[in-house]
Amino acid sequence: MVIDLKTLTIKKAHEAMKAGDFTAQELAQAYLDNINPELNAFILIFDDVLEQSKKADERFKNGTAELLTGIPMAIKNNILIKGKRTTAGSKILENYKATYDATVITKLKKVGAVFIGGTNLDEFAHGSSTENSAYGVTKNTYDLERVAGGSSGGSAVAVASDMALVALGSDTGGSIRQPASFNGILGLKTTYGRVSRSGAVAMGSSFDQIGPFAKNIEDIKIVYDCIKGEDKMDSTTLKNGRTEELEQKIDLDKKMTIGIPRHFLQEGIDADVMENFEESIKKLKEKGYEVKEIELPNIKYSLAVYYILMPAEVSANLSRYDGVRFGFKKEGENLLEDYMKTKGEGFGKETRRRIILGTYILSAGYKDAYYKKAQVLRNIIRKDFEKAFSEVDVILTPTTPSPAFVIGSKGDDPVQMYLGDIFTVSSNVVGNPAISIPSGFVERDGKNLPIGLQILAPHLYEDVLVKISDDFLS
Amino acid sequence: MEIKDIENLVNLCRIELSEDEKKELLGEMDSVLGFVDQIQKVKIEDLKTEAGELRNIMREDENPYAGGEFTDDILAEVPDNNTQDGYVKVKKIL
Repeated sequence: MVIDLKTLTIKKAHEAMKAGDFTAQELAQAYLDNINPELNAFILIFDDVLEQSKKADERFKNGTAELLTGIPMAIKNNILIKGKRTTAGSKILENYKATYDATVITKLKKVGAVFIGGTNLDEFAHGSSTENSAYGVTKNTYDLERVAGGSSGGSAVAVASDMALVALGSDTGGSIRQPASFNGILGLKTTYGRVSRSGAVAMGSSFDQIGPFAKNIEDIKIVYDCIKGEDKMDSTTLKNGRTEELEQKIDLDKKMTIGIPRHFLQEGIDADVMENFEESIKKLKEKGYEVKEIELPNIKYSLAVYYILMPAEVSANLSRYDGVRFGFKKEGENLLEDYMKTKGEGFGKETRRRIILGTYILSAGYKDAYYKKAQVLRNIIRKDFEKAFSEVDVILTPTTPSPAFVIGSKGDDPVQMYLGDIFTVSSNVVGNPAISIPSGFVERDGKNLPIGLQILAPHLYEDVLVKISDDFLS
Repeated sequence: MEIKDIENLVNLCRIELSEDEKKELLGEMDSVLGFVDQIQKVKIEDLKTEAGELRNIMREDENPYAGGEFTDDILAEVPDNNTQDGYVKVKKIL
């Protein structure tokens, strides 16, 4: 039978497999057949996909199948799956085979999800376009001349182009939401601490979160509910009992108020993106939401704060790649030369730049002016958000100021690329959850390109994001 | 920032760079630092007390794995198979 991948959801697939309309093996094969190498969404396709699906079929036969059993997923190639190559988009990990499962993978294996392959990303998730991947750029679903976005560009394109039903990505400064918006799908950055990062290749540990990509909000929630929870392997995860208690107290039926930080939306946004944003606000008003203007006095500093603290953390996290225990190695005359050559050749340009910048920020004489000051500002921004969330239930912004850009068009100035993260970084700085949902299209060079609406909620209010997304999209 | 500052930094983080790349990086560092320097506009009274509540969360090292349980898997990843008797071989340090 022909499976209609375009309209498939997790529940539909589950019902169909339960009823015997198609098997998990047939479903996985349908996605494998649909993989378009030209888009370069995957760094590798796993060789045991059908074997995994066969096990899922057995669970349907013996009655132990769950919602995610047999569901084909794409996994960002910086999330460890035991025995599979996990490159993190870097040459330095080209032949590294993971020696253990990430906690999210353990959870997904338990319910019998099927992993199709490892998706492309900017090296170590350093970027917003996948142009920094050592494995080539991922092309946008809607225009092959344009970037997929990043860093989780491969995961976004895999879902948007029906090469997997759902996917996992990681988000340090917008790396799930921006590519979701560029490819017309949904992407959720979860509350800091709600999903374990054990087994995710570390970038900026006070920012990194794992989250799902999907084509509808129901699938986002199913994957999120599966991967969340306390983990003794990640000491930053929130305690299960108290967290769930707080979540259960959230009133989803009350009339909700949406906050708009208009003072932050005055410049640097494409006119048609802003027009689309106004339409989105109107749509939610019509659905019964109250709209209120809010002030986030220090949000303008969030991008600078991020580009200080993140490279500082990167420089510490990436010092482990020294060619001694795993990964790429380039021999020198002595141990120090081994290190210098291994890192010099193994890391790509943007990664080297971030490590060196982070080293500068943390070096004696500059630490107070940059690192400590940014930390203080991070707290101030956090308090701004707390105050705003005492007045409104959620905050709305466009996900990005512009749609997907042409490959290579951002040139050599790193700041030009960084500015695209302006609306997404603040929730990594603050730690609250945020989602990007498709809000329409704008035209560039005769092509329709998708754009996204970003909704931000207080810590642990993922279910509010789900409700509003559902209202907006239905 | 000058080229000798870049040299100092690449030595600190142990990344070998070509002379051309050092020059290129110098310009890029100025651009990024110029951008993030906007935070200097914010006056903060006391950095030390306002620097926040972040702290390490430690756990007891309970129920350790049996010795050697993961040794083979981990050693299989050592570059050029540079191992001996369950150890990783490195060049002379002292």
